[in-house]
Amino acid sequence: MESDAAVTALLEVRGLHVAYGKVEAVHDISLTVAPGTIVTVIGPNGAGKTTLLSAVMGFLPVQGDVRYLGAPAGALSVEQRVARGLILVPERRELFAAMSVADNLELGAFQRIRRGDRGWRDTLAEVYQRFPRLKERRDQLAGTLSGGERQMLAMGRALMGKPTLLMLDEPSLGLAPLIVREIFRIIADLRSTGVAILLVEQNARAALQVADYGYVLETGELALEGPSSELAANPRVAATYLGRGVAAAGS
Amino acid sequence: MDLQIFALLVQDGVTNGAVYALLALALVLVFAVTRVIWIPSGEIVAYGTLTLAGLQAGKSPGTVGLLAGMAVVAGSFEVYACLSRGEAHRMPRQLALWAGVPLAIAAASWWLATFELPFWAQILVTLALVTALGPLLYRIAYQPIAEASVLVLLIVSVGVHFALTGLGLWFFGAEGSRTPPFSAASFELHGVTVSVQSLLVVATSLALITALYLFFGRTLTGKALRATALNRTGARLVGISPDLAGALTFTLAALLCAFSGVLIGPITTVYYDSGFLVSLKGFVGAIIGGLVSYPLAAAGALFVGLIEAFASFWASGFKEVIVFTLIVPVLLWRSLTTTHHEEDE
Repeated sequence: MESDAAVTALLEVRGLHVAYGKVEAVHDISLTVAPGTIVTVIGPNGAGKTTLLSAVMGFLPVQGDVRYLGAPAGALSVEQRVARGLILVPERRELFAAMSVADNLELGAFQRIRRGDRGWRDTLAEVYQRFPRLKERRDQLAGTLSGGERQMLAMGRALMGKPTLLMLDEPSLGLAPLIVREIFRIIADLRSTGVAILLVEQNARAALQVADYGYVLETGELALEGPSSELAANPRVAATYLGRGVAAAGS
Repeated sequence: MDLQIFALLVQDGVTNGAVYALLALALVLVFAVTRVIWIPSGEIVAYGTLTLAGLQAGKSPGTVGLLAGMAVVAGSFEVYACLSRGEAHRMPRQLALWAGVPLAIAAASWWLATFELPFWAQILVTLALVTALGPLLYRIAYQPIAEASVLVLLIVSVGVHFALTGLGLWFFGAEGSRTPPFSAASFELHGVTVSVQSLLVVATSLALITALYLFFGRTLTGKALRATALNRTGARLVGISPDLAGALTFTLAALLCAFSGVLIGPITTVYYDSGFLVSLKGFVGAIIGGLVSYPLAAAGALFVGLIEAFASFWASGFKEVIVFTLIVPVLLWRSLTTTHHEEDE
């Protein structure tokens, strides 16, 4: 990927530092996401993965260089980033609990509808096709959904905004194994739509299976990076994150 | 007390309650979306009455000068914001929005005030002038500190309340005003006199509440405001700007308050500082709804109106005391029945 000069990076992060007060949560991170690829950041709890995504989304003040679509993104507000197709599905989902599934999805296209983009209804049909469960429950309040359905709704809402780069924060967190498999099948499926995905996961095995390229984040710093297949074959990664070898990582 | 008096008091109570209900809804709306406890809502109500009274007297109302002044301040805020963010290209649009539009409304009202307008046109001019103050107030006083705690926002609200009371004295003078009723007609119903004025007030309030209900349930903008109230982070993630939501909320709230002012004008004499007491009554209604429930807030406000009417009959000297004492059992009941739970999506 790094040798492919014809592909300009969608997201380019150089020397990123993020601090909460005096505590630095993310330390000198550089990563790249090329158009249409799936890139994963794996690492243990508290490594700074969520912080990294929040910073790229514009929720946190950062030091360092964040370029999106070839232009510096540091000064852009969250809303301006959403308008440029940078969309985050956060770990906490952040749904509108007291509103219906259909309203949640419609609001996902808020900026598009305001811009007068009539294509949002087609996107809604696509989302319902991708997540038939959401269609069944479209009149139900988001707060009454099961954990898996909430994750689907959060992803559906993000897709309604027509992302160019979709950032997923721990999409498998707290879900039953069967649902996790379903979620990862959908992520792999999204590749065909051309959207690039930056996937943050503790479930390293599933993440490396679906991704093209991976980064390993440990205590706020990048420990390793490489094509997913190479990372999965790396003995250290295998031992720590894939549960093969001496030490099995349980998380 | 015979049926005649009882019916009169109920009619009075419901009429006042309908006006308080609009205020209570404005307070709940503002708190839900922006977390601001909007104490100065009463000043906006008073401005509504005084503006209409000014137009009635054939003068250009003080609101024109106030609006123009605030437009200039908000405009300079925008210029500063654009320059400091290095977004000079956005300046013309922001200036047109924040200074141009309110200045145009002020100028148009100033010009229209020189004619002898029909009553309904005077009401429209009043609503336009007073509603335009809402987003400017948000831009000047609240937007720069939108992420502050509820307590800080409350303190700012108290400051804004005093500032607006002072500005009210400056722009409208110390005399009180009363506006003529919309209709002096009345009719008998089963031996009870019903005034058309009361019916009009109640009908207007109901129509506004229905319109609000449809706005929040059916339109994208309404849903976006609800979404912001439900989950601020979620709203930002779908690209709803908190600044836009705040400005819209204050526009709506100011419209509700302007309506309250127009409706309350024929009922009581309003001075530049009368608003505070009125807003407190709306506030009691809103508290009954826990500052979150719109229907409960409206019902609470109606209840406040009724209590006030009966209190003024039995113990007129203690009227206000009785109304505000109401808040004690309400707070007790709420603190006993409300369970505090962690915000869970």
